[in-house]
Amino acid sequence: MTTVIPAPVPAPSPAPKRIGPRRETRPAGRVTVLALLGLSAFYFLFPLWWLLVSATKPFGEQFSGSGLWFDGFGLFDNVARLSSQDDGIFWRWMLNSVLYCGVGALIGTVFSALTGYALAKYDFPGRGTLFSLVLAAVLVPKVLFTLPLYLMFSGVHLIDNPLAVLLPSVISPFGVYLARVFAEQSVPDEVLEAGRLDGAGEFRIFRTIGVRMMLPALVTIFLFQFVEIWNNYLLPAMVLGDDRLQPVTVGLVAWNASHVAVPPPLVVIGSLVSITPLLIAFLALQRFWRAGMTAGAVK
Amino acid sequence: MTQASPSVRATGRRPAAAAPSRPARGALSGRPRPLSPLLFCAPFVALFVAMYIAPILYAAYNSLFTVRRSGLGLTAPTEVFAPLDNYVRAVHDGSFTASLGRVALFGVVQVPLMLAVALVLALLIDSKSARGRGFFRLTSFIPYAIPGVSAALVWSFMYSSTSSPLNRLLEPFSVTIPFFDDDIVLWSVANIVTWSWAGYNMIIIYAALQSIPAEVLEAARMDGASALRIAWSIKIPAVRGALVLTTVFSIIGSAQLFNEPTVLQPVSGGSISSAFTPLMSAQSAVAAGNYPYAAAQSVLLAVAVGLVSLIFFKLTRRGDQA
Repeated sequence: MTTVIPAPVPAPSPAPKRIGPRRETRPAGRVTVLALLGLSAFYFLFPLWWLLVSATKPFGEQFSGSGLWFDGFGLFDNVARLSSQDDGIFWRWMLNSVLYCGVGALIGTVFSALTGYALAKYDFPGRGTLFSLVLAAVLVPKVLFTLPLYLMFSGVHLIDNPLAVLLPSVISPFGVYLARVFAEQSVPDEVLEAGRLDGAGEFRIFRTIGVRMMLPALVTIFLFQFVEIWNNYLLPAMVLGDDRLQPVTVGLVAWNASHVAVPPPLVVIGSLVSITPLLIAFLALQRFWRAGMTAGAVK
Repeated sequence: MTQASPSVRATGRRPAAAAPSRPARGALSGRPRPLSPLLFCAPFVALFVAMYIAPILYAAYNSLFTVRRSGLGLTAPTEVFAPLDNYVRAVHDGSFTASLGRVALFGVVQVPLMLAVALVLALLIDSKSARGRGFFRLTSFIPYAIPGVSAALVWSFMYSSTSSPLNRLLEPFSVTIPFFDDDIVLWSVANIVTWSWAGYNMIIIYAALQSIPAEVLEAARMDGASALRIAWSIKIPAVRGALVLTTVFSIIGSAQLFNEPTVLQPVSGGSISSAFTPLMSAQSAVAAGNYPYAAAQSVLLAVAVGLVSLIFFKLTRRGDQA
């Protein structure tokens, strides 16, 4: 079996700190390093800072001033306006996003776990082929499949149907890859053997032993897939024409493109509101992110 | 071994299961019913075939037809089987080939630049002179949590021709950057992609840096190597694998460029055409109702991406063996 991607780095434990006497670093070096890092922090944070500041300004002031510091407070009024625009469709979009991502990622995680576990723990005909296919699919971006999917769905009249977003979203080759890596690392064969000796069926062993041991990994897979679905703009934009079915990304882009019809400040506020839950989840669940990246990205 | 007792012979395959004390041969010794792993994979495989393989075949089949309109447009257009028409048309379609060239240029410039930023950041955070490592790691990684479309929306405000906060910051230096000029707009898009992904790549490279044995670095320091020298001669060669991997993923990512230019398009004042990238070009063929032509463009793009990644893997494989 040829694996394109080399063996994964061992489980992502907190970075092994190199302990030792702190070498005398020259002050000039320290200043340079800190200055460069400070510059990078400014670059990465500035757009988000601007978004936060602007969304709290009184309605209509969003694009005036430097946007560097707070100036008056209108956040609540802004959110109220956002909520009343087009009969409150913004929250409908948020709900749609959460549903597509939540349901898609949940089912997808189950499928990925089953497949990855089988790939790691069993020998069966077609195992090598399946894993090669999964790896190939990891490399080919999902977006490239979107137009063909659209053509196929319009052939079978599945346009404007939530299933047209959900069905493709459930499949995550990267999730399968991660599940295989994690199953190999965290589920010892001896435990499975013991389960078999006790007379447990294979599915029961998977459900009671495999899933429990892979649980932190499954959280990681769920997170990655949730964000992957949230990030996939092209698919819902193409297959969902009815704006009551669209996720928030598609809705906001349409608002932005409508220019006059929807006031641009609402796009600013909507952007902030729509990324806030993602940011909170991201900050709260950092360690799961890094687990997935180091396992998936390999050395 | 061959002297198996008659009873064992009679029951054929039983004994292995009855003798679990035999040293386990990894995952595969438990001789589970051969059906279970197939059942485990079935849901994924079924949907994978339906949602990945079927659409590609469908698109490839579709691309073999050509939409023919009658001269006066009085009758409905008909689809005629003409296997090569769409491909010939795509190859001669100036805006489609231009979009391929644009994305190739984007990949050649943006990918090395972004990875250079990621590598330098990783080295800086990893360096002995750094303070607040956790903070800087997090700040560069945060954009990864922002969906591509949202990032593009925020940057479209940054670039606004009337109220760009960036240009306001530059006012004291009497500099104004025309982000949407024809010559600049591609790099404005590149900046959004870099902003979104540099931190992600940095984390991967940083993880590779962390796995360099401390003794190696210590020995180099004992020998009097400077921090820059260590970075150049030890650290960068050690993260070569991570760099190759991030390069491949980034190149493939460039091919699917769509979200950022699409979001910027309505505010770009025309510098972003509806066929700015190959995917946008294919999508406008869909919007125009010419599905077979869109299918042909998708197939061409998929083949191009496949070839580029194949070549890249072949090249890096050879490098590894050397």
